Amino acid sequence: MTLRTRTVAWSSGLCGLLAAVIVASAGMGSVSIPPTTVAKALLSADPLPFAFEVGRTHRIIVLDVRMPRVALAALVGFALASAGTVMQGFFRNPMADPSIVGVSSGAAVGAVATIVLPFAFPFGLELQGAAFLSAVITAFAVYLIATEDGRTPTATLLLAGVAVQTFLGAIISLLLLHSGQSIRRVVYWLMGHLGGTTWAEVRVIALVLPPLFLLLLAYARDLNVLLLGEEDAHALGIEVERTKRLLLAASSVVTAAAVAVTGVIGFVGLIVPHGMRLLVGPDHRILLPTSALAGASFLVATDTLARSGPAEIPVGIVTAALGAPFFLYLLRSREVTGL
Amino acid sequence: MSGSEDASTAPLVDIADLEVGFGETTVLDGVDAEIDRGTFVGLVGPNGAGKTTLLRTINGTLTPDSGVVAVDGQRIQGLSSKAASRLVATVPQNTAVAFEFDVRTVVEMGRNPHRSRFGGWSDPDGEAVERAFEWTETGEFADRSVSTLSGGERQRVLLARALAQESPLLLLDEPTASLDINHQVRTLELVRSLVSRGKTAVAAIHDLNLAAQYCDELLLLANGECAAFGPPESVLTENSLGDAFGANAVVSRHPITGSVYVTALPEGRRKTGRRTAGRVHVVGGGGTAARYLYVLDAAGYEVSTGALNEGDTDAEAARSLALDVVTVDPFAGVDDDTRESVERRVDAADCTLVADVEVGTGNLPNLRAATRADKVVLVEERPFAERNYVGNEAQRVYESLRSRATVVDPSDVPSAVARAVEDGVAEGESVTGSE
Repeated sequence: MTLRTRTVAWSSGLCGLLAAVIVASAGMGSVSIPPTTVAKALLSADPLPFAFEVGRTHRIIVLDVRMPRVALAALVGFALASAGTVMQGFFRNPMADPSIVGVSSGAAVGAVATIVLPFAFPFGLELQGAAFLSAVITAFAVYLIATEDGRTPTATLLLAGVAVQTFLGAIISLLLLHSGQSIRRVVYWLMGHLGGTTWAEVRVIALVLPPLFLLLLAYARDLNVLLLGEEDAHALGIEVERTKRLLLAASSVVTAAAVAVTGVIGFVGLIVPHGMRLLVGPDHRILLPTSALAGASFLVATDTLARSGPAEIPVGIVTAALGAPFFLYLLRSREVTGL
Repeated sequence: MSGSEDASTAPLVDIADLEVGFGETTVLDGVDAEIDRGTFVGLVGPNGAGKTTLLRTINGTLTPDSGVVAVDGQRIQGLSSKAASRLVATVPQNTAVAFEFDVRTVVEMGRNPHRSRFGGWSDPDGEAVERAFEWTETGEFADRSVSTLSGGERQRVLLARALAQESPLLLLDEPTASLDINHQVRTLELVRSLVSRGKTAVAAIHDLNLAAQYCDELLLLANGECAAFGPPESVLTENSLGDAFGANAVVSRHPITGSVYVTALPEGRRKTGRRTAGRVHVVGGGGTAARYLYVLDAAGYEVSTGALNEGDTDAEAARSLALDVVTVDPFAGVDDDTRESVERRVDAADCTLVADVEVGTGNLPNLRAATRADKVVLVEERPFAERNYVGNEAQRVYESLRSRATVVDPSDVPSAVARAVEDGVAEGESVTGSE
């Protein structure tokens, strides 16, 4: 089977899985709605040409109450898994995740600052805008710190990322000390959550994500060659530094857009690419799209679990609680020596 | 390049006054070289001489502090990496790959310089990859994961990847470094065959003898400069090796391949004038004794040999070891003067070693001279009858020699000589003492 057919087959399969998970998720909750009704409601939604008979209540529950959250989960899962795939390839390090250059810590500082600090930010900057901005600034700062003479060694980048994350962790702790009444909100945000999602938030990510994902996909072949090492990549005609800059920027913006809305959702960007690599191999032309789709399904499913208990819990807890044991299982059952 | 120069005869690589450094350290300090099309150039030199640095500068990874590298008339440093990698393909030294790409994917990566970002896979791409598989005989494991291959197989896969680039110039960094002797030879044979198919290859090679055997020309790097550049026999001389490596080396011809052959000698064994182990005279010829000459010399004996024809392998060996050798012109036979000087050496020796030599009328006097010795060690690999071209006379001499000699296998020569010399010295002392 050629790579192209394999990619199409896997992607179609995972799209089907995602559709099924979405329908199931949108049907679950305090009011249980059968899958056929959910599907009909979804297909009759605004831009689509179908017009099935669906009860008004069910229609509102599916389209206005549950779907924004489900869609956001899918988009954020998609974003984190694709950024994680790129970062693992970029760093040639199986422990790399989307936040490795400090994006999540940066977002957290911005978010926590808007919650805790007693004054409003300039330019009407709200929590999510501040989180996004500080995430991007952090990634850029890490990049600048690690760059010398136009070269950015990945090892330096990795260490600079760790150092900056530690530093930002100190700031977050300091802010937490002074958070007073708002500590609940801060902790809730830090744990990663999808509650209270509106279509407006979904729309922002839906606009940012596709072009950046296509850009990453267009560099899948370069990412493969980079896996051979930078020196080899250069000998094979890759403009190494430029490609690295571009990959780093695109995946950082993708991650920033996701974590700014949902807070820090761990393990999706680490576990999903690993799992898919075991299934489809290391070639990014198939790994990147399948990881992204699997990430979407994974987050929709875990978020459904997170909100289906007696009391809703932040989805970050569920992904970590499920992800860590799975990761340990991978670690034991298969030697994770490289990518 | 001047327009008048014919592109097919102009050198493929032109390196002019190249200086490359890392920070304060200068690695290459003014290297000049022109590499012709269709040649296999071996880059030799001591550790840290800058072989890898030169390769990395030729392929554009490193930017020189000054000087120019031009390939096919184009300055490498002025090209995009894509354009550069259509001219130069590199086989890296480290072939370890820590991920599970299959072989075909890796070889197809060699087409990257020829593909646009959104362009599909074209027929020429497929043909280049198939040709690379064929030339390197790697097609059989095209669908296996690279991580399951042996070192030699991985080496060939990376060579195939470089071939898929379809560049005129091929750079190889220590292609034989981590391979066993069989794969070393196979790899270099393969590069040789690629050169005969029109490629130009530059390879850093650690093993001087392999380099001499397979390369058309050698470039000796030492102290950041090109110490010598030309055919192996003109580059690998005792002087140049002494200067470049600080080594005590002997250069001879390999008896089988005929290429230049370098033997490194233990530090300080030669020309020290402090030989205390004793004197040994060696009867050899035709290459039967060269090994013993080297071994005994290295062990500290004062070694003489002869008479040997001028140009004989053993005579060459003795001369390169700076031993005391008696020679005669080819086919001249041993005249009285020569015979006497051989006899003097046998008399002076504590022990005479007779190699598994073929005996004709020309060298029968050597055998006769050996019968004068007190202590004789005889190496017998073949029965004497098989290497006797004189007849009964020689047979008689040999029998009398054998009757009081220590007959040994080749591997036992050093210990037998040591015993014989010791006995000889001891007897000599007891004789002196009794008088």
